[in-house]
Amino acid sequence: MDLGELDARKGFFKETLAGLWSLVVGLKVTGKYFFRPQITVHYPRRTVDNIPSFRGPIELISREEDPAKPKCGACSMCVSACPSGCFTVTKKRPPAPTPEEIAEQKEKEARGEKVKKKAAPKEPERFLYDYSLCSLCGTCVEACPSGALRFSASPYRAAFDRKELVFDLLADLAERAREDRNPPGTGKTTE
Amino acid sequence: MTETAPFFSDADLAGDFYTRRFQPGPSENTLILNMGPQHPSTHGVLRIVLEVDGEYIVRAEPVLGYLHRMHERMAEEKTYLQYLPNMGRVDYLHALAWNWAFVGAVERLAGIEVPERAEYIRVITTELNRVASHLVWWGAYLLDLGAFTPILYAFEDREWILDLLQTPTGARLTYSYFRPGGVAADIDKEFLKGAKDFAVHMRDRLKMYKDLVTDNIIFRKRLEGIGPISLDMCRRYGATGPVVRGSGLAYDVRRAEPYSVYDRFEFEIPTTGSGDAMGRYRVRMEELEQSLRIIEQAVDSIPEGEIRVKGAPKVKWKAPAGEAYFAVEGGRGKIGVHLVSDGSNRPYRCKLRAPGFSNMSLFGEIARGILLADAVAILGSLDLVIPEMDR
Ligand code: SF4
Ligand code: SF4
Repeated sequence: MDLGELDARKGFFKETLAGLWSLVVGLKVTGKYFFRPQITVHYPRRTVDNIPSFRGPIELISREEDPAKPKCGACSMCVSACPSGCFTVTKKRPPAPTPEEIAEQKEKEARGEKVKKKAAPKEPERFLYDYSLCSLCGTCVEACPSGALRFSASPYRAAFDRKELVFDLLADLAERAREDRNPPGTGKTTE
Repeated sequence: MTETAPFFSDADLAGDFYTRRFQPGPSENTLILNMGPQHPSTHGVLRIVLEVDGEYIVRAEPVLGYLHRMHERMAEEKTYLQYLPNMGRVDYLHALAWNWAFVGAVERLAGIEVPERAEYIRVITTELNRVASHLVWWGAYLLDLGAFTPILYAFEDREWILDLLQTPTGARLTYSYFRPGGVAADIDKEFLKGAKDFAVHMRDRLKMYKDLVTDNIIFRKRLEGIGPISLDMCRRYGATGPVVRGSGLAYDVRRAEPYSVYDRFEFEIPTTGSGDAMGRYRVRMEELEQSLRIIEQAVDSIPEGEIRVKGAPKVKWKAPAGEAYFAVEGGRGKIGVHLVSDGSNRPYRCKLRAPGFSNMSLFGEIARGILLADAVAILGSLDLVIPEMDR
């Protein structure tokens, strides 16, 4: 056996030993883990505890004095701010004039005075929100001049059909008010 | 050789445009093989048309575009603020870097100052996001190479970051957190403490990562000397990030064109001269450590104050006419956003420079003559995020 061959053999053994050693080291790391407590959460039986900070679908904030009424002034700012066109907001129409009012108006007209029509109340008639388009970016929340929008904290709004993801936010608000789970201000609703 | 090869026409497997255009080579013994678009190691829908001779690759040609979502075109249809959510979806792993590149370009275009606290918040969150991005790369790369356990460890650590970032950003992956002139929400003491705790925890874990993977002989044999990329090739293709640093050039946008408050922190730009897959691996592992250093320094020195400048762009904001380019260092390299404005409320043109695209382009050249199994090791070492390449 010449020296070169001896060296080659030595190298081979060295490498084999090094390889076996790295196997031991790796097994030590994973072995330690084997006896550690579990860190994953078995979902339906347990949930994680930081859901409130998650941005869920948009919801309306109610007025201080009436939990069923939104702060929204139907200005449609959110409609134009949203990149995906998630919102459909229609303003309430002015209330129909009573017979007395009509008579009064006619009188005024006859006298040649200017007739002032009743102003429409600054409230939304309909407030639809398409969650299937929403990217939860928060542009609408920042754009709303009345501070009427916020993110909810409900991550479980899954559906089988796109249409089910068009939420009527006014109905949603009314329901929350009925069930008395409507935190004021920017506090979020959790499911 | 302009006719379709008989192999295809006989079997009526004429293939699509790309396979037909990819003419068989001069040798009769080669096989055309599609790697992807659905392939576990291409991470997303990347397709590579390969010509293989036995186990060896003769030619390789990436086919892109499966995830093309017209981000650049969308910019022309949306206002500056409306375009922000798109930025979280270009590179989903390092979304905050893209956030930053875009708001940075808008700020440069309009000359908007950013409050100091907001700059610090940006640094901290972006670096945390970079660590998360590298962790996903680390786990997924080892998964490609056949090691299953590391990705579970990587995701355990990444969970810390996601939980942390969820508080100010509200999201876990596709962040839309930065705004022209600041950030969307402030961070609190708890966040800062969490970030610091994470840095300590992560240092510990990095040691474990080293024992488990970096020093493992099987792993090293798999990577050392594989896919060498010369500096010259990096220059020709415009490769940046860990790819060019792995080839020995200390180019990092955070140092080369310092933006924000990066010039106040001490950190090194790790490089290795080897240029092989192992070199790129080492650079990224070292970058994790450097990011932790930046996080710690920023948490210690973050000032109080505003998080958004007064008079920051609102819904009806119009940008002044002009052009601006802003580059940041993302997890995969240099991210650049070039905005052209005609003075209206939407960009006239928005060019997104994705580092992944340049880094991937050189694959065709280095793949020549390598083993098929090594192609996976090389692709992984380039850290490709397909939605970013396709935009
Ligand atoms: S969060 Fe963004 S995408 Fe969703 S409704 Fe608001 S503005 Fe539109
Ligand atoms: S929610 Fe706000 S922005 Fe939208 S219509 Fe109502 S007041 Fe206007």
